[in-house]
Amino acid sequence: MTTDAAIRTRALRKVYPASGGKPSGIVALEGLDLDVRAGEFFGLLGPNGAGKTTTIGILTTRVRPTSGAASVAGADVVKEPVAVKQRIGVVPQRPNPDRSLTVLENLLFHAAYFGIPSKVALARARQLLEELGLAERGAAKVDEISGGQQQRLMIARALIHEPSVLFLDEPTVGLDPQARLALWEILRGLHAEGRTIVMTTHYMEEADRLCERVAIVDHGRLLALDSPGALKARAPGGTLIELTLDGDPAPVAESARTVPGVLRADVEGAVLRAYAERPGEAIAGLIKLAEQAGRAVTHVALSPPSLETLFMSLTGRRLD
Amino acid sequence: MNTVTHRPLVPVGRVFWALLRRDLRVARRELPYFLVRTTLQPILFVVVFGYLLPKMNFVQRGYSTALLPGILAISLAFSSIQSVALPMVQDFGFTKEIEDRLLAPASARLIAFEKVVAGVLQGLVAAVFVLPIARLIMGPIAGLTVTDFGSVIAVTLLGATAFSALGLLMGTAIQPQQIGLMFSVIVAPMIFFGCAYYPWQGLSAVPVFKYAVLINPLVYVSEGMRGALTPALPHMPLGFVFLALAFITVVFWIWGLRAFERRAFS
Repeated sequence: MTTDAAIRTRALRKVYPASGGKPSGIVALEGLDLDVRAGEFFGLLGPNGAGKTTTIGILTTRVRPTSGAASVAGADVVKEPVAVKQRIGVVPQRPNPDRSLTVLENLLFHAAYFGIPSKVALARARQLLEELGLAERGAAKVDEISGGQQQRLMIARALIHEPSVLFLDEPTVGLDPQARLALWEILRGLHAEGRTIVMTTHYMEEADRLCERVAIVDHGRLLALDSPGALKARAPGGTLIELTLDGDPAPVAESARTVPGVLRADVEGAVLRAYAERPGEAIAGLIKLAEQAGRAVTHVALSPPSLETLFMSLTGRRLD
Repeated sequence: MNTVTHRPLVPVGRVFWALLRRDLRVARRELPYFLVRTTLQPILFVVVFGYLLPKMNFVQRGYSTALLPGILAISLAFSSIQSVALPMVQDFGFTKEIEDRLLAPASARLIAFEKVVAGVLQGLVAAVFVLPIARLIMGPIAGLTVTDFGSVIAVTLLGATAFSALGLLMGTAIQPQQIGLMFSVIVAPMIFFGCAYYPWQGLSAVPVFKYAVLINPLVYVSEGMRGALTPALPHMPLGFVFLALAFITVVFWIWGLRAFERRAFS
């Protein structure tokens, strides 16, 4: 079977059943349409609770959609879950190795579930452990290795059956900066081999550095979808200026738009957010405005145009 | 343009065998603990009621004949339940370890079925382990025969399957924190009212009990063991035992599979 789309979702909706006396369920996805091309490195970016993990859950057959359709590598996730599972590898948010087995056994049995002959599996497992810096830990029990090593074991497990589509759910959460960079290198290598990779993250930098295209999701909806560069270009003009005031910034925001160079201004809590073409000039004007309104500025922050500033302009809040 | 090529689907039997091998590997590693956990209690019971009390002449000599099939039934049934239910708690625990099997190219039904088969095999191991030990402690047992070998096998397999299916239900429907409670609230009464330590016919003395215990699946394994191993003693007709165990197996399997799927998918 040949297809150019590795993943396709249409009007994908997921409502988790009500619990704890709530009359209606929790809407995790609200009509998601996504197309991921074969061989693409695709990022799902959004804050916690945006629906990223639910999306991955549905695409990996572990979460059943309430309505809508989704297919992975040409197979429907609801009607042909076994075919989907055959073609995917999954790195979960929290490492969930089989704790009754050793590191090497985790790989060998996983390979066996996929019908890989034991000799082939052993060779491949040793090679993966080597590549992921776990060669010395093959005989160790899973509980004896560190969290970062468990995360790498999850990557090895997801790769041992050579899936055409690889899903990673927040793969770098809880990793130290060094381990994060090492994982990035591994992922770049996998992508270079032609594998389709779908990664969720709430780190802007990660999406920016790795992904060819990024979908920004929040509250179960797709807010924007493009290459990181194109998304950044769509970020509201110029630099984001954040002024923290000692009181309600709303009156200041009213007149902030009249300050020369300011394109937009919003308020979140005690923070006034303004996007400006010439930040130096605009800051002076904004501080003066605040003083005129009887507010003192307690903190000033500047951010150049980025996925982060785009996200904030789309949702009105910070990503983390 | 990229081309996505896929390997053909793995044959179901192959996935099943790999899953079973995994469970057998883990079981073999834990065999001593497993045997102690599942057979110590029945063996201690044999020491007291099959050896000490007869020596003291508190119970009649013939009691060991009634006791042995019941002891086998308990070992078989509770090792089957435990070998499915206890690992399930870890499997569906905080990190949901079973996910690597749920991601195997197989249906959830096959994965649950494999768990039941692994439970049956472990139940058989426990029963085979207990039989010679019990016989050794109790000495010669009047009326014990294995002439009806077919019935022995049938009761053993059906009993182990029924209780493995019950283990599937318990391991998935019960919250992990309550698994200890499950053993004291469900399993302990089941053992005491399972006609393991006395034949069902004996309950005619207390008719309320005689009919109330019929909801207890262990009754059919105990009585089936009696019918197959000590046919001279009063026991339920084997045909009825087979029918009851088959019915119980189907009910627990359907119910257990539903609970398993509820835990496996969200």
